[in-house]
Amino acid sequence: MADHQAAAAMQGGERIGGGEAHAESASGELAHHFDSVEQQTEATTLGMWVFLVTEIMFFGGLFTAYLVYRSRNAEAFAAGSHHLDILLGGVNTVVLICSSLTMALAVRGAQIKARGSLVGNLILTMALGSTFLVIKAVEYGAKFSHHLFPGPRFVFEGPLARQVEMFYSIYFAMTGLHALHMIVGVGILAVILVQAQRVALRSRFKTRVETVGLYWHFVDIVWIFLFPLLYLIGRH
Amino acid sequence: MSEHVVSKKTYFAVFAVLMVGTAVTVQAAFINMGFLNNLVALGIAVVKATLVVLFFMHVRYSSRLTWIVVVSGLVWLIIMFAFTLSDYDTRGWLPYPGK
Repeated sequence: MADHQAAAAMQGGERIGGGEAHAESASGELAHHFDSVEQQTEATTLGMWVFLVTEIMFFGGLFTAYLVYRSRNAEAFAAGSHHLDILLGGVNTVVLICSSLTMALAVRGAQIKARGSLVGNLILTMALGSTFLVIKAVEYGAKFSHHLFPGPRFVFEGPLARQVEMFYSIYFAMTGLHALHMIVGVGILAVILVQAQRVALRSRFKTRVETVGLYWHFVDIVWIFLFPLLYLIGRH
Repeated sequence: MSEHVVSKKTYFAVFAVLMVGTAVTVQAAFINMGFLNNLVALGIAVVKATLVVLFFMHVRYSSRLTWIVVVSGLVWLIIMFAFTLSDYDTRGWLPYPGK
């Protein structure tokens, strides 16, 4: 989806979104292979959902690895988790939920053709997404300096060191893939923000904002699961 | 479907519940409930995710077809978990022949 959006964005202007842009109806609102605008919107959001299902399976593989290793190494996972910063993780959870709200409000702005609300909320969403990434980078930096990044420099006292290293492998793989999705998301938001200031707020553009919104909310949901699973193990 | 404009009030209500859920999940992690800690943490996460899907992602107002796609994603995820654990968690239940 990222590639498609990016490629679509490169073309600029109104004739974006479908491969057959050249054959659109005179208004440019409806591609020729659709019967109605409703059908076109439905097809777009459904396509996005199909993509998100593949994303569920993409992250699902890592969640499965987490499940298997944690069920075998509960103690080591709790020990590893205690070295994560709940405050930073919690703040990031709040930041992401706020960004989901502003994203939802941006989509609403596109729906009711309120350009100010659309643009403002897109900027807020980007700012919150960037804030998340900065906090994440600070966290990563601390883990590197404390020798908690898996590999030859990994240091952890005690007999569970190897298992704790596995926890950190999974931690970096999952949060890393999530952060990568955030970076892509902020990029897509930047593109849509530029378009939001230029193009007419018709159905096709509204659907595009909505599609970006679906992606953004999905990434938020992944974090909603990552936060308790990684940061809050055996804290009592 | 997507023509349904959700009121700001609904969005802010969902947002408030998500925030409360985050606070509760952090608090609950510090209370020793034994085995239940995992269930509470996951339960809250599932509720939060469901709210995001239904309201922020407009699935509540979407077509049946969208519902099927969304649910199918979860079904396949559960199959992956179930089949993987049915392997790992049953190893050693039966003796190997010749051992």
